[in-house]
Amino acid sequence: MREYDLIVVGGGPAGLAAAASAKRCGTDDILILERDSELGGILNQCIHNGFGLHTFKEELTGPEYAARYIEQVKELGIPYEVNTMVLDITEGNVVTVINKERGVESLKAKAIILAMGCRERPRGALNIPGFRPQGVYTAGTAQKLVNLEGVVPGKEVVILGSGDIGLIMARRMTFEGAKVKAVVELMPYSSGLKRNIVQCLDDYGIPLMLSHTVVDIKGKEKLEGVTVAKVDENRTPIPGTEEFFECDTLLLSCGLLPENELSRSAGVELSRLTGGPVVDDDLETNVAGVFACGNVLHVHDLVDFVSAEAERAGQSAAEYIKRSGSRPQGRTIGVSAKNGVRYTVPSRINVDETTQDVHIRFRVTGVYKGASLVVRSGEHELLRRKTRILVPSEMQDLTLKAAALAEAVDDLTVEVEGGAEA
Amino acid sequence: MTRELTCIGCPMGCELTVEVESGVAVSVSGNTCKIGENYAKSEISAPTRVITTTALSADERPVAVKTAAPVPKGQIFECLEQIKATTISLPAHIGDVLIESVCGTGVPVVVTRNVE
Repeated sequence: MREYDLIVVGGGPAGLAAAASAKRCGTDDILILERDSELGGILNQCIHNGFGLHTFKEELTGPEYAARYIEQVKELGIPYEVNTMVLDITEGNVVTVINKERGVESLKAKAIILAMGCRERPRGALNIPGFRPQGVYTAGTAQKLVNLEGVVPGKEVVILGSGDIGLIMARRMTFEGAKVKAVVELMPYSSGLKRNIVQCLDDYGIPLMLSHTVVDIKGKEKLEGVTVAKVDENRTPIPGTEEFFECDTLLLSCGLLPENELSRSAGVELSRLTGGPVVDDDLETNVAGVFACGNVLHVHDLVDFVSAEAERAGQSAAEYIKRSGSRPQGRTIGVSAKNGVRYTVPSRINVDETTQDVHIRFRVTGVYKGASLVVRSGEHELLRRKTRILVPSEMQDLTLKAAALAEAVDDLTVEVEGGAEA
Repeated sequence: MTRELTCIGCPMGCELTVEVESGVAVSVSGNTCKIGENYAKSEISAPTRVITTTALSADERPVAVKTAAPVPKGQIFECLEQIKATTISLPAHIGDVLIESVCGTGVPVVVTRNVE
């Protein structure tokens, strides 16, 4: 059985940054496993720009951002295996992989970093009535077809869900000569960034229909059209508001789910709120030596935050390997979400053993104007940050100083305070 | 005349209010940084966008490309046509110039993904 100090599962932005960071922190014996034929993950198909404003202070496209980290991995001489799919992670950190040339093989590692990313919510998870014709794709599948395969899936398009990938694909399909008739959003607000609504929809006169949903899909073999209806405040379609859109393509941009089948088989405890592993401030899961970062941990909107988080995971894994084990389990306090906050990552902090600042990343539950984000340990206020606007589509990131944490006694709560819910 | 804009300079998406006189922005409010002011001014007088798309190789493999700088918004589809009509030779590397000046804008189209 081949043995490594560190195995990184996934060669996307999280895996690349985690591996590079672990190497810089002194771990030499690393292997990155990637199921695709090349490194870079989903960034390879995200050819639009807007990546890297935080990390590189310039606006890059997805493949350009990925290339910077691929170069780092190559310069650091970190081995990687592509076309290699991890089938299972079992006790004792045994990683079972399959590869066309070598068949099935078991590898062993002292530490594992989970960086498998996330998956799109498919039609089956959306309960849309109607037939199941050809022509219904997730937005990311269409993005792959257009940008990596050079195939445009259709000419007349309706998009359900206003997530960023859906908005980006509305413009992309327009560029490829398709007519995008509408972007239909169930909620009264878009789940995408405002800049994408402006530069992907408004620029091309594509209507955004808020509080609407698709109630029927027509077409037996090939998609012929969809029926869209307005929904009430309980998100129930209102009879009489139906409108039929003729189209040959329906794209779904209805949310992303962390891909945690492997985590589950490894015995990693998952959060019901994020769908990702429950981790401490080292990004270590409940399984000793198994760390998680990036979209497999919780879905991010900015890759810059993924890279930063992954660097921490890489560093933690390197320290784990150096110590040949987890940190001494000092005093641990919980971190939980309160008013207006949906979840927090991490969900516990080993305060006695924390020597560095801790990032608390989370999402809010609604739109708030002029509110403050407040972190308390019991009654004691640790941090307060005033904000102009908070929206669920943008991940928040608060940094707690190590010194402040050392004094924290009670569990931490993160909440939205004051301001107006818009 | 007053115009309302949403800044596209970064993910914040500031709501801008612009006072316009004879086609020129004379004052901008609602922005939280200089990017918003610059965006509003150019958006009123001469809106521009960076184009990201793909060009095809002789064997019809797509290669990601972008305009190295923003081009006039009114010329987006004209630029897309020229990019589509240009065959990209492989291998292609990030930064390779596909078109020196797309549609006479003076802006080059460059490769954004390594394809061997």
